[in-house]
Amino acid sequence: MAGTAIAELNADGLRRDARIERLKLFGLSSPALLLVLVILVLPVGWLFYLSFVGADGGFSLENYARMIEQKSYERIFTTTFEVSLLTTGLAILIGYPFAYFLSQLPGRLANLFMIAVLLPFWTSLLVRTYAWLVLLQREGLINKSAMAFGLWDEPVRMVHDMTGTLVGMVHIMLPFLILPVYGAMKSIDVDLVKAAANLGASPTRAFWTVFCPLTLPGLFAGALMVFILCLGFFVTPAVLGGGKVIMVSMKIVSNIQLFVNWGAASALGVVLLALTVAILWIASRFLNLTQIAGSGH
Amino acid sequence: MTARQTEALPIRVSHVTKTYGSVHALDDVSLDVVSGEFLTLLGPSGSGKTTLLMVLAGFTRPDRGSLKFGDREVIRTPPHLRDVGMTFQNYALFPHMTVAGNVAYPLRLRNVPKAEITERVERALETVQLGGYGSRRIGQLSGGQRQRVALARSIVFEPRILLMDEPLSALDKKLRDQMQIELRHLHDKLGMTTVYVTHDQREALTMSDRIAVVNHGRIMQLATPRELYDRPANRFVADFIGDSTFLPVRRSGRGVAFGDMALTINGPVPEADNLLLMIRPERVTLVRDGQSVAPESNQFAATVREVVYQGDSYLLQSELVDGTLLTMRGAVRGANLSAMPTIGDRVTLNLAPDDAAVIDGSGC
Repeated sequence: MAGTAIAELNADGLRRDARIERLKLFGLSSPALLLVLVILVLPVGWLFYLSFVGADGGFSLENYARMIEQKSYERIFTTTFEVSLLTTGLAILIGYPFAYFLSQLPGRLANLFMIAVLLPFWTSLLVRTYAWLVLLQREGLINKSAMAFGLWDEPVRMVHDMTGTLVGMVHIMLPFLILPVYGAMKSIDVDLVKAAANLGASPTRAFWTVFCPLTLPGLFAGALMVFILCLGFFVTPAVLGGGKVIMVSMKIVSNIQLFVNWGAASALGVVLLALTVAILWIASRFLNLTQIAGSGH
Repeated sequence: MTARQTEALPIRVSHVTKTYGSVHALDDVSLDVVSGEFLTLLGPSGSGKTTLLMVLAGFTRPDRGSLKFGDREVIRTPPHLRDVGMTFQNYALFPHMTVAGNVAYPLRLRNVPKAEITERVERALETVQLGGYGSRRIGQLSGGQRQRVALARSIVFEPRILLMDEPLSALDKKLRDQMQIELRHLHDKLGMTTVYVTHDQREALTMSDRIAVVNHGRIMQLATPRELYDRPANRFVADFIGDSTFLPVRRSGRGVAFGDMALTINGPVPEADNLLLMIRPERVTLVRDGQSVAPESNQFAATVREVVYQGDSYLLQSELVDGTLLTMRGAVRGANLSAMPTIGDRVTLNLAPDDAAVIDGSGC
């Protein structure tokens, strides 16, 4: 008798405490859940709904059918992927060595160079994009100085095309790549590279066999972030592409502003969203996605 | 398994100096490590022992000096061409490789044929009692297992010199004690010249052929564990190795005297103005009533101030006539235990002439 009483000692009370704690937790997180519902679930749901509304106001798949039928859409998607891939590739080629350089500098110098990365990062996107326009245009700073120094005689076309778009986008995307890569590099134990050297690896071998593989999660995270941001990018290709580089986001805008076709615009938005989710899903099979947020710090 | 006996190399460090700003991390250090010897660099943190090891490995560039492995001058040789094994304090295992990948790494760099790599990796893992662990990931291993993998990796390419930087400091005490013996056995089996860094004096005493006590970038004493413990060169060494009570003594005839009490000692008296009698706690005995002692023994009258029971022994702190607290360690055995003194007791402490060492008290 006494044994049972002791075994059941306070069991009801402790169970009740656990239940109350769960309710409190739910109560405390409900404002956040509500916010997600209002600013994410409802708009995206509305987007889906609109994409299935035809010109006559009834349910229709015509918005999706158009994307398959019209050749122009195929080109837009190709361009979007082309620009995104090229931007990501260039960002890796420039950002990785830069992050490495940064990671090897002593603290104070590293801070200085880090400001050089972060300052543009915190400057308005529009300002940076127009700044590139000023620099790259026909009568711009680069052309004028180059001609003054006799590097070339005729103004070189550097903007209102793919080149200008890529220059601007790579510049804007670089911090998204550099920060996670730098984070990954800084978290590598210096003794690992020393150990590699001790075991007989030349500095180059040690870099490729030990240092570089350990930065890959950071590099992959950064590249993924850049690529996904590129897919939906609007301002920079719109300003620096000069109407020659049409990406999905720009088509969405023109569908609404020129043709007032909400259905077509929504369907494009849905496809873009689906592509992004698909890429994230594939990536998540190789990578812990929380690292994208975490490794930059 | 049969481990190949590696041909060991002697190490000769001559006049190596390394300064950081105005601080001498190494101050004109010279040291000869005999081929096949297990030598320990022992010292407090910041003493320069790790800096010296890093100079041997090639990771710290000294300001001047010479370093020879055998006949080869290596002071300007980069680390990857020195061909010495090393284990790091935090093991420095490559987390992106398996256990076998880690151990195979130095062999792959040396272009050893694949089949031979597999065989040598397995042999090295067996040597450290990790046979069959090759496919494990580093993250799945315990601290002790990581230590063994690091060891296997540092010996698999049969280096003739092995450097170890506090390899056991991250392990718990039981495992550490066990690994000390194991490392020593491994050294005896493989026979490479080993330089071992630690701040743990017991570890140094347990494992080493010789110990170099390092402080302020200088070698205070280089001697066998026994010599170091029984005949420390100065107060720093005596203090750092083991616990001791120091009594100020003065020269008196052929021996020394403590106050007006002449002491009988068997060891030499150093040529120094400032002399100290070093008394190791376990060398002092308690004289019981009616117990006869050798007539030449030194006897101190004292009052018990503290008694601490420590399981395997007890510590007794008693105050001498001049106020010095003398620490004694007594064995805990049946009769002894029941007769353990209590605070306030007046006791007589006995120190045999063989156990009394007079040292130079001026050492830093």
